Amino acid sequence: MLMLKEVLYQMLRDARSQKLRTFLTGFGIVWGTVAITLLLAFGTGLKKQMIKSTAGLGDRIGIAWPGLTSKPFQGLGKGRRIRITEEDLIAIRSQVPGLRSLSPEFAGDMKLRYGLKTYPVDVTGVTPEFGGMRNLIPQAGSRFINPIDMEKQRRVLFIGNKLAETVFQKEDPVGKTVILNGSPFLVVGVLMPKNQDSSYRGRDHDQAFMPTSTYRALTGAKYVSNFVFQPAKVLEMKAVSNGVLTSLSRRLRFDPADKEALSVWDTTEQFQFFEVFMLAFTGFLGIVGSLTLVVGGIGVSNIMNVVVEERTKEIGIKMALGARQRSILTQFLMETLLITGSGGVLGLLISFGICSAFPKLGLTDYVGDPQVSPVVALITTGILGVIGLLAGYFPARDAARLDPVVAMKL
Amino acid sequence: MATRHEEIRADRPIIEMVDIRKVYDTGKVKVEALKGIDLSVAKGEFIAIVGPSGSGKSTLMNLIGCLDTATGGEFRIGGELVKGLSRDQLADVRNRRIGFVFQAFNLLPQISAAENVAMPMIFGGVPAKARKERVAELMEKVGLGDRMEHKPTELSGGQMQRVAIARALAMNPDIVLADEPTGNLDTSSGGDIMGVFLDLWKQGRTLVVITHDMALARRAGRIVEIRDGRIVRDAAVGPEEGAASVSAAAGAHVQGLASTAEQAA
Repeated sequence: MLMLKEVLYQMLRDARSQKLRTFLTGFGIVWGTVAITLLLAFGTGLKKQMIKSTAGLGDRIGIAWPGLTSKPFQGLGKGRRIRITEEDLIAIRSQVPGLRSLSPEFAGDMKLRYGLKTYPVDVTGVTPEFGGMRNLIPQAGSRFINPIDMEKQRRVLFIGNKLAETVFQKEDPVGKTVILNGSPFLVVGVLMPKNQDSSYRGRDHDQAFMPTSTYRALTGAKYVSNFVFQPAKVLEMKAVSNGVLTSLSRRLRFDPADKEALSVWDTTEQFQFFEVFMLAFTGFLGIVGSLTLVVGGIGVSNIMNVVVEERTKEIGIKMALGARQRSILTQFLMETLLITGSGGVLGLLISFGICSAFPKLGLTDYVGDPQVSPVVALITTGILGVIGLLAGYFPARDAARLDPVVAMKL
Repeated sequence: MATRHEEIRADRPIIEMVDIRKVYDTGKVKVEALKGIDLSVAKGEFIAIVGPSGSGKSTLMNLIGCLDTATGGEFRIGGELVKGLSRDQLADVRNRRIGFVFQAFNLLPQISAAENVAMPMIFGGVPAKARKERVAELMEKVGLGDRMEHKPTELSGGQMQRVAIARALAMNPDIVLADEPTGNLDTSSGGDIMGVFLDLWKQGRTLVVITHDMALARRAGRIVEIRDGRIVRDAAVGPEEGAASVSAAAGAHVQGLASTAEQAA
């Protein structure tokens, strides 16, 4: 009330009379704000980018490879090869609660001929569900393998975007026919480019996919190379993974505790680790930023102490005229909050500016784009508020406690 | 509350001091600044408190102004007992009952004359509109109606003191308490300010002026002389008698200074 105008005026006056000190103080707060928001913004951007890259492998899936048994089981020796057929997988599907999708993979090298050129290609036979689990999204005007392809053993191919470039260059691959190990195949889909930071049989953009039925008919393959599965709920991954292992071990007669008979890669484990890592990382950045702000706050407190000293006489006069302690306290608190507030606003603006300019640097693929989330802005504002109050409170309290007689004599 | 205020004012003196004592205790040394002051000031009186430096008159002024509290005795201002009050309660008493005029004017330099005059009313919670009207009225009264928006630094010493007087009157206080009001002014401005005080007296204000300025003291209705923490003289000023008594007081000045030096040692 009283005093907004007066406070602003005094602030400007103080700022003018103590240019360097005010600048340094304001700079501390601005710097602290920029540090905390930018660190957290880059953290958020990095996290999004890493989630995106992780999702390139698949949408929270488990991948299982059959191997050799390492433990004897029910009279069967160790070193026995576990072989899984597509029928085994179809059979266990209904036995595992919480299992949403499951697809075998039959993998092999084939020769792909288009026009006069021949290319060696990794080919995988999969079911239509595979596309969804592994985030194989078709480009506009194309599609992934569908159930009718499966049923009719159609000779159709879904190819990676890089493979498509190599083979077809500028041509549109969809609708073209290629010769694969001597048989004609129709290209029905091309992979939408994606970030993929991990793989187990080369990157998806170099591969070709066909229905399992077609693959088996073409090659006579009986046993799957590996299979991919996905739980209905991410949190049930462990249970579903165990369910798959138990059902298969019962059916194929191996020890469910035998890690080598069937090795499972739970990609959500990596995801969970990543969550924990990011939490720790964000916490660390937050603490570093907050400490920077605290240092800025100490600067503000310091300047306020000097300001109180300089204005002792004025405080004394106001008290003589009937100012209560709270009026004096409020005046100095407001002034402190104004300094921290304007420093904070400036800092936030700088951070927003940097964040919106950052994508132009072309580093997005490596570190993601920093984002100042509303939460970060809110937290920063909160910390600034607390620091402003603390930094202002003690000098303001000292001011309010002055003895008017002594204060006026100065 | 206003009616109670008026009632008390009607049948009691504005200032009643009975055996007021003030001891400054620094831990090692105890200094007795006031050694039993009895003083009563009725509504509408103009009294001058005189005395050499170190006589205790500044201490007395601080007590009357409720800037400080006594260590002994009883002090009522406008009938209200000033004892055991908190700092904020003292601030309220100062705000409502006392208008200060200082030697160094003590205006806030960064705000306008009008805003300075409004300051006590802000602390007193007077609504903005009433405040504005009162400020205009007071600035007119002290002859500075055309200087409302000037900063104190843009005014002469005499004008600054007029602004300070307007500020002192803002809350319509029980007394106007002035500490060497002409001390920083040249003779002509000082006489000017004296004229303002005499006008206020005529209008029925109660005025207490602490001063070295005998010319000023002689114009008051009553002179109270303090020496060594005691009232040594308290007399009405007659047109001729006043002049005589004051010269006697001035003569005693040197002696008073000597006793101060002893006290300090």
